[in-house]
This record gives sequence, structure tokens and C-alpha cells, in this order.
Amino acid sequence: MISLAGRDIMHSWGKFVFTAMGLGLLIGVTLSMAGIYRGMVDDAKVLLDNSGADLWVVQKDTLGPYAESSSIYDDIWREIRGMPGVKQTANITYLTMQVRKSKEERDVRVMVTGVTPGEAGTPGWPPYLVAGRQITRSHYEAVADIASGFKLGEHIQIRRNQYTVVGLTRRMVSSNGDPMVFIPLKDAQEAQFLKDNDAIREQRRRTAENPAFNQPGMPGLLDTVIASQSTNPYVNAILVRIETGHAPEEVAESIRRWKRLTVYTRDQMEEILVGKLIATSAKQIAMFLVILSIVSSVIVAFIIYTLTLGKIREIAVLKLIGTKNRTIIGLIVQQSIALGLIGFVVGKISATLLMAPIFPKYVLLEPLDSVLGFIAVIMICILSSIIAIRVALKVDPAEAIGG
Amino acid sequence: MKKLPFQIRTLALIAVLVPLFALFVYVALRSGPLAPVSIVLATVENKSLSPALFGIGTIEARYTYKIGPTFAGRVERLDVHVGEHVKAGQALGEMDPVDLDERIKAQNATLKRATALLSETQVRKDYAKTQALRYEQLLKAGFASEEIADTKRQELLVAETALTAAREELSRVRAEREALEAQRSNLSLIAPVDGLIISRNADPGTTVVAGQAVVELIDPYSLWVNVRFDQIRARGLAAGLSAQITLRSQAGELQTGRVLRVEPLADVVTEEVLAKVVFDHIPDPMPPIGELAEVTITLPTLAETPVVPNAAIHHIDGKLGVWQVINGDLRFTPVSLGIADLEGLVQVQEGLKIGDQVVIYSENALNERRRIRIVDHIPGVTQ
Repeated sequence: MISLAGRDIMHSWGKFVFTAMGLGLLIGVTLSMAGIYRGMVDDAKVLLDNSGADLWVVQKDTLGPYAESSSIYDDIWREIRGMPGVKQTANITYLTMQVRKSKEERDVRVMVTGVTPGEAGTPGWPPYLVAGRQITRSHYEAVADIASGFKLGEHIQIRRNQYTVVGLTRRMVSSNGDPMVFIPLKDAQEAQFLKDNDAIREQRRRTAENPAFNQPGMPGLLDTVIASQSTNPYVNAILVRIETGHAPEEVAESIRRWKRLTVYTRDQMEEILVGKLIATSAKQIAMFLVILSIVSSVIVAFIIYTLTLGKIREIAVLKLIGTKNRTIIGLIVQQSIALGLIGFVVGKISATLLMAPIFPKYVLLEPLDSVLGFIAVIMICILSSIIAIRVALKVDPAEAIGG
Repeated sequence: MKKLPFQIRTLALIAVLVPLFALFVYVALRSGPLAPVSIVLATVENKSLSPALFGIGTIEARYTYKIGPTFAGRVERLDVHVGEHVKAGQALGEMDPVDLDERIKAQNATLKRATALLSETQVRKDYAKTQALRYEQLLKAGFASEEIADTKRQELLVAETALTAAREELSRVRAEREALEAQRSNLSLIAPVDGLIISRNADPGTTVVAGQAVVELIDPYSLWVNVRFDQIRARGLAAGLSAQITLRSQAGELQTGRVLRVEPLADVVTEEVLAKVVFDHIPDPMPPIGELAEVTITLPTLAETPVVPNAAIHHIDGKLGVWQVINGDLRFTPVSLGIADLEGLVQVQEGLKIGDQVVIYSENALNERRRIRIVDHIPGVTQ
């Protein structure tokens, strides 16, 4: 038996393939959109994974450190370290800022992360590198995400200090997708809380003019006050690793109860990041996804419809020679599915090879999403051929002769 | 010939569709979560590490002299300015004596008066002595009464006592004058050592309280760096180790020095150990006090042991270890680590032997089920 659909496609295959490719690009955009959503969720998850923590201890009643600002004293880790079930603690600071390469005008938006010095594997450290080494000095060294564009050995300027990039890593991003730059904690505390020189001078002047701090009979008082103003014993969070055999929630609860700090477990943190921080952007992407799906199905319907209209005379002839309705439906549906198939293949290729690499944010194309996308494309193709089928079935065989 | 157009069409269609599907299969398998992870391997080497400690500190002077008056008063003159070198004993300035000069004059007059009083009492005593002698002789000869002779004797004793009192009064007045003079000379601000003026806190006319520094001077040959090391990375810090000092203003230029002492008191709040590092040769020109300096302390070289780069160390399920490729599969090998150096190498005490291959870089987080592809360098990293 000869395939009617195949013969028809073969008749004008160029037009057919190009139409399918056009459709494919549209499907590619739809797939990318799903990939962008997955990428956003993944960004949030890698941020948590990379920190290597089981618990996050933050300022009381805040959603910190990612979703809200949080600051706690940098010696609280000592108390936490002594709690039962706690294996390792590490201070951490996060600060999203523009960082400039030395001797260059261009700056990059990055999340500067201050990590506690120690040995590799300390919570908060980049878990893997793609080049270079981890930080070994407790000052003025940085490990940067490769997406920031920084190279090994380059000097970057963060606030008033220059840092040497000693290592590169990959997929270390903030929940916004900004690349991370890891620097030693003390430097990061300074970067976060140290004001610029003008502000410091102004503050000194203000203090000096305050008669309460600048008493003639107490010459050392002013210096003392100024010194106390320029300290910054704060960090944003404490990362806690718990000992095996302890449930995270149980340890978290005892810290909450006895240290009166807010503690989040990994699940709660993910809920905050995915459920709260990126909720609006996720909804936005989901909306786009729905709109694109609708637009795609309407376009597929139009294409099939015009293709069918174009060969209405041939269908009439088929009817005239007594072809069964089933065969005609088969012709249209097969064509429609072929269109969807090629479209999907082109879409998947374009999404993976063209769109994902150049898109500024991370695009994660999950295989399962592709399978679901494939099923959806085929379903949409079948559904949108219904109108065309109705038209084809309604054709009067007489048209073949009368026209 | 009739079938030829059909064949060309079929061939063309196949020519388009087959590569398309091939590309599709490639894309589906080679990208996304199913794609193999590129990794870079490194060999465990036998190497002797020269660990080093890195700290930052500020230039400080070992001896700082704060010179000021011991009494509250007004600065009368100050002859030195910041940056001037002064000699030991040199007068740097003076406090306003207010009425001190006048009091010294008064004391001089009092002294003269006491001297005069002394002469007077001396004269009186001499006369009383003569009288007493005379009446003694007259009494013996029977020309004078016993009573008068007694009176004269008593007068002599009184005159002698008055003389002692006048003598003591004179030394009291003299001592008081010396005290005033000492106070007067105490108003001069004198340099205790050869040094460099680093701060001039008050100008003439300013009233300062007792003990407030008017000028500060340092011994410029006693510069040292007060260095702070993170306690976690201060193992092996000891006096006498050689040090390399980089001043913030002279990045790239190394000064040599050595650890003078490690402070017995560590900083509790900042979790740092403090040490004093002295220069072998004090840089010329002298670096400003308070300038930031980076100090690298070289520790003694260790014996040869297996070492791995610190980028290879991972923390998985509560254990530190490295990823190894065994028969094409990834395997996590727990290791125990020793001392690390500043170049990113760590001693391996247990778990690996020399020549073992470990994963140093990977494109993604690894687990045992990941497919891998061994490469020279991770794609995207410019060499």
C-alpha cells in the first residue's frame, strides 16, 4: 500500500520541510522557555548545594541570607559549634555588587561570597573547580565563577582592595543567576560593611564635632569612639553541617530554642528560594510558556488548514474515486504528525545548540521536559488537524470536476 | 528515466532528514543532564612542601614617646614640626610658666632675707656668748650677782637656738627655691631619645591637661610590622622565622625580615594570632606608620610525601576525599590530609599513593553514576 501522506509530502517536500523548520523554531523557543524556568529553579538549588550546609543559622525572624538581609555577630558560631549534633560550622557573607577588573572600565554583576578560611570542603567553599586552586591565603585571593569572565591570575577590584583570581569554578550562581566570587571572610566583611573613604572621613568629622565624644578633659575618648565605629563583627549566616545520625530538624529545633536564632533546614531553604524568591519570575515564565503553547497550536492548526485547503481539489478527486474517509483523515493526521515530528527535532536542536548557549541566564533542558514536550507537540498536531479534517470531509466530490 | 525525479527528491529529503535526526540524537545525548562530564586528571606526586603563612599587618614603631606636661597648662612655644629629627635632650618646646618666674624671684628674695636673718642671729649669739663669759668672770670675782650670770647664760642658749632655727629656715627656703626651679625646668618639653616627630597635637596657646601628649616622637630605627594571622592558619608560627614583607604602596617589591616574637596574647574577638616582624633593612624612605603590609612567613621545608592539589579535595557525606577514575568509573576515595602550602598543594597522609590519578577539575558536581570524559582542560577555560 502506498502512503498517501508520504507521496503528498514528497510532491512539495521543500515547502513542507521549511514550514516544519519554521514551526520548529517556535517549538525551540517554547522548549527554551521551559528550560529557563528549570534553570531558575536549578540556580536556586545549586546555590544551596554549593554551600554544602545542612542548616542555615540566620538573624532571628528573617528569611536570610538569600531572600532577606540577615546579620549576626561573627562569634556566634562558637556557641552553635557546641550544640549537640553539630559537626562543623562556618560563617558566610553574601553581597551582590558590581565588580571591576583592574585597569578596565567594564564591570560585572557578581555575588561576592565571603568564606571561612580552612581546608577544602569547609561549608561555603566552591565544591569543585574547573581551573586553578582553592583559596589558601586568608586575604586578597578570589575564586570566581567562569561566567563572570574573569581569568586566572587576573586582578579584580572589590571595594578598595585588589584580589588575585586563583581559581575558576562553574555553575556557582546566586539565585538571580549572578556568578559568584569567593573571597576570604575577613575581606568580605570589610567589603560589605566598610564605607568608602569619604564616608569614613565624614563620620569621623561628625563624631569629632559631637561634644559628647570630644571632651576637652578626656583626650583619648574621641579615638576610642572612632575605633569602635569602624569595627564590623557581623556575618550574614552561619552554615552548619550536622553529624550523621542526627535529624536536621531536631538540631535546628534545639538551636532555635536555646540560641534564639532562626534556623532553616535544606528543605525549608529550598521552599524559601523556589517558593518565595523566584515565585514571581517563575509565574512570569509559566505564563509565557502557556501563551507560547497556545500560539504554537494555533499556528500548527493554520498550517495544516492551509495545506489541506491547497489540496482540496485532490481530496475531492480521492472522494470521487471512492476513497474511504479514514484514508483521507489518515493523510491529514499523518502529515500533521510528520510536521510536528520534524518541528520538534528542529526545535530541540535549536533550543540546545542555538538558544541555550547564548541566553544570558542558565537554561536547563531536562530530558523529561523534552519527552513531555514531544507528547504535547504530537497531541497539539492531532488536535489542530481536526478543523482541516472537517473541511476535507465536507468537500463535495463534484468539485473535482466542477471546480 | 521517468523515475529519476522521484529518486532525486527522495534522496534530497533523506539528505535533509537523516542529518537532522542524527543531530537530534547527538543533542539529546550530549547535552543536558545526560551528557558526560568533562574532567581533568592530576597525578599524586611525591613532593616536599614548603608551607608558608600569610598575614597582614600594619607598620608600627616599637618605641613611641608621647611628650607632654605633667601639669595642666598652656603651651607657650613648640619649636619642632612633624617629620623633623631631634636629638636626645633637645628642648622641643615649653609650657607657659604663668607666675612661676615671679615665684622664683620671690623665693630668691626670701632666700636673701633668710641669709640676713642668719647673720643677725649669728651676731646676737656672738654677743650673748661674750656677755655670758664676762658675767662668768665677774661672778667669780664677786662683782656680779648669781642671778645676772644665770640670765646671761640663758640668753646665750636662746641665741644659739635662734641661730639653728635661722640656719634651718635658710635651707628650707633654698629647697623651696630648688623645687620651683625644678618645676620651671619641667615645663620644657625635652626629647628623651634621638627620634622623629610624628605628631604635633597642640600649637602654642593651647591648654592641655596633665599627661596629654603635645608631641609624639618615634625611634625610626625600631620599625616593625604588627602582623595578624588567622588562628586557623597560624600553625608553626615561631620567632626567628624569615619573612617576606610587601608594603601596600610597593606591590611587587619584597622586603625581607624575620619574626621577632609571637605575641603570647591572641586576639579573642577576631580569632587572630599576633606577631611582630622586623625588617632586615628598614626601607628608605621610611614607610609611613600605619601602612598596610602583607607578610609571608616561610616555614621549614617538609620531608617528601604524596601531595595533591587542593582543588581535588571534596567533601562528600561527611568525609574528605578525592574522586578517582577506576576502570572508567568514578569512585570516591576518602583521604586524610596533612599540611598545606600557599600554592594549593596538600599532603596526603592516607588513602592515596604516589602515581595515583585523581580528578582535579570537573565541569560539574560528580557522583558515582556520572558518565565522564577525560580532557586536558575544561572547555571554556582559556589557557
